[in-house]
Amino acid sequence: MAKFTAYIGKHLPTDVEAKLKELRSRETQPLAKAIYTSMAENQDAANKLDRPSCQDTGVIQYFITAGARFPLLGELEGVLRNATLEATRNSPLRHNAVETFVEKNTGTNTGTKVPWLDWEIVPDDDGVTIDVYMAGGGCTLPGRATVLMPGQGYEGVTEFVFDVITSRGVNACPPLLVGVGVSTAVETAARLSKKALMRPIGSHHPDPSAARMETLLEEGLNELGIGPQGLTGNASVMGVNIESSARHPSTIGVAVSTGCWAHRRGRIRIGADLAYEIVSHQGVVL
Amino acid sequence: MNKKILTTPIKDEDLEDLNVGDVVYLTGHIVTCRDVAHRRLIELKRELPVDLRGGAIFHAGPIVRKKEDGKFEMVSIGPTTSMRMEKFEREFIRETGVKLIVGKGGMGPETEAGCKEYKAVHAIFPGGCAVLAATQVEEIENAEWQDLGMPETLWVNRVREFGPLIISIDTKGKNLIEQNKAQFNAKKGAIVDRISSQVRFIK
Repeated sequence: MAKFTAYIGKHLPTDVEAKLKELRSRETQPLAKAIYTSMAENQDAANKLDRPSCQDTGVIQYFITAGARFPLLGELEGVLRNATLEATRNSPLRHNAVETFVEKNTGTNTGTKVPWLDWEIVPDDDGVTIDVYMAGGGCTLPGRATVLMPGQGYEGVTEFVFDVITSRGVNACPPLLVGVGVSTAVETAARLSKKALMRPIGSHHPDPSAARMETLLEEGLNELGIGPQGLTGNASVMGVNIESSARHPSTIGVAVSTGCWAHRRGRIRIGADLAYEIVSHQGVVL
Repeated sequence: MNKKILTTPIKDEDLEDLNVGDVVYLTGHIVTCRDVAHRRLIELKRELPVDLRGGAIFHAGPIVRKKEDGKFEMVSIGPTTSMRMEKFEREFIRETGVKLIVGKGGMGPETEAGCKEYKAVHAIFPGGCAVLAATQVEEIENAEWQDLGMPETLWVNRVREFGPLIISIDTKGKNLIEQNKAQFNAKKGAIVDRISSQVRFIK
């Protein structure tokens, strides 16, 4: 897990690479084209020099979907903490854990509840799937959640998404992947909006209306023409992913999380025998 | 096309003809300077341990590795969100005499005013392109305020043709990202209305 954590800081997942390539080839504005070229050169240099492609390697987050019968369930928290420590030394990753109130950087990239773990338990399974995510401060800053009244409806959700992206998304290293959570309350919507960022670009919500809304939002945001780094261009986003739950009849909780163009996430599937498969980065063996 | 290169120390007249959207490169020195360094100078009135007159700062918190000979190696250094420093930047320019501020995304009216009054510019280095930037750092010559930890230390970098730097606020106080934002906001209403008519799922 230490090796995998370090790896995802240096290499973008297959879906993100493909999307950036597509956006670059479709771009027509000269300044935007130059920025896409710098981005591609940067990823090549990171690969060649074996360095984290962006200096902000985030507060490490692990989204764990664990089978209830996974043999190392109890050890996993310790394993992931050590993985962060080791990746931080070896990669190296930036020291991004500042203890709150004490206001001191711990110097190890770990701290109270950092790395941050998100758990989901699957009853009939003996393996585990782990998403590693490095979100920099830049694409974390736009995050917003609110609770709408049902009268505001999905029209209000649409407006909220656009407001967040035009006011603050511009600074978050677009083209962005936009995660939207639709639920009951701020915390449930916020968690879903982050889980939405773990879904591959181009995948869709299973509900046809939600999937339609993903496409409408993506097309609409692209019409704004925010372009790479907010310097204008043909696109604004790499995609919009919506995750949802049933909601209280009196509320619509909505949240937006954004992932920057350097969307450094990786998914690994580990079996009960500890054999692994990397799902997010095609053809990669650690 | 000839590369336009700024060299530190930067003089007022070097910046006079620059306009928003122009692309330049920097040769000389650039010092990382972000949230806490700004707060220490402006709010806590502590003297900055680096002389920035005619100089350049980089809103950035790099990954740095200490080599066996005790020197520092720049591993990865991309820009951070400049808007976080908006609150301090006008006074910062006045206090330090800094001429070039490099970061990412836009800054606001305080920085615009500071750039106009004291003849300075803000420029965008493409965000996320941190290895590209690191390869343009020839040497880390000094490191001040190391008590702040790796991201917030003032790293004094000697750079060569550091860029591309896209001028986003010029000495006339023009602001590229604010202009762009106004354009995005002007388009927004009609798009939101159109989508809203197609997402009336509550019936």
